[in-house]
Amino acid sequence: MRIWTTIALVALVTFTIKGLGPAVLGDRELPAAFSRVVLLLAPALLAALVITSAAADGPELRIGADTAGVAFAGLLLLRGVTVLPAVLAAAVMTALLRLL
Amino acid sequence: MAERFREGFRASAPYAVASLLLSFSFGAVAVAAGLSPLAAVVMSAIVYAGSAQFASIGILAAGGGVGAAVAAAALMNSRFLPMGVALGPSLPGGRLKRALQGQTVVDSSWALALREDGTFDRPFLFGHSAGQYVCWVTGTALGVLGGGVDSRALGLDAIFPAFFLALLIGELRKGTRTSLGVALAGAGLALALVPVTPVGVPVLVASGAALVGLRRT
Repeated sequence: MRIWTTIALVALVTFTIKGLGPAVLGDRELPAAFSRVVLLLAPALLAALVITSAAADGPELRIGADTAGVAFAGLLLLRGVTVLPAVLAAAVMTALLRLL
Repeated sequence: MAERFREGFRASAPYAVASLLLSFSFGAVAVAAGLSPLAAVVMSAIVYAGSAQFASIGILAAGGGVGAAVAAAALMNSRFLPMGVALGPSLPGGRLKRALQGQTVVDSSWALALREDGTFDRPFLFGHSAGQYVCWVTGTALGVLGGGVDSRALGLDAIFPAFFLALLIGELRKGTRTSLGVALAGAGLALALVPVTPVGVPVLVASGAALVGLRRT
């Protein structure tokens, strides 16, 4: 029961959060400053997601095998390797480091 | 419209396969945390937000309450607030219709549908999201069936950050020097907040780095 309640509430919360912005602001012209902020939102959010998922476990900063695996993927991506092989390489590198 | 939808669907392929692996590990983790196979698949089908799913299940697995699990999911998802505000002006229709269209946002569909003028390619967003959704639910089902797989030993926890790194690098390639500065500022802010705030908050606060865009250039 605890599990199904959690699932239902998480679904509801997600629906509300994803729907709120579009419900409030719809179909209109953007002021130039708004567009500039929107364009910068992507790098800010993505960089924060990368760092918090690669260098932390929950509330603790932790540099581990996964951090190294992700850094390796970063090098590959910068050298022009495409998404899927780079992501797979991150997993393989992480798994290998954990075997050591 | 149909053409751009197909284009988005096709472009989602590499991301969708990565999210297949990610949802595979979600399925395995969820079952290990005590969810029934059905509950794990239903959760992926109706929540469709990976970081929130991992966060809330992690809390249940650690013995936390429903309230804490839902709060963690809400914080993890809080980044969709500014993302939704950004998307809103590109959506037609009444409030409810726009809110429904907003459900198709996942990080990769949002980032790739964003055009250089700050508006969004709507059919592309839907197409990309559709591809991701199919893989997200399928991967969860596979992870549930493959129960007992040690996703850490397989390095599957590196997939989520590597996936976002790929999106980030793509974003920086088309961006300016300001984008790089904002990315570094966002990463620094998030890192500094990790030890002192609940999960999810560092990412939300980091999005504030984008406000330098208010400055006239």
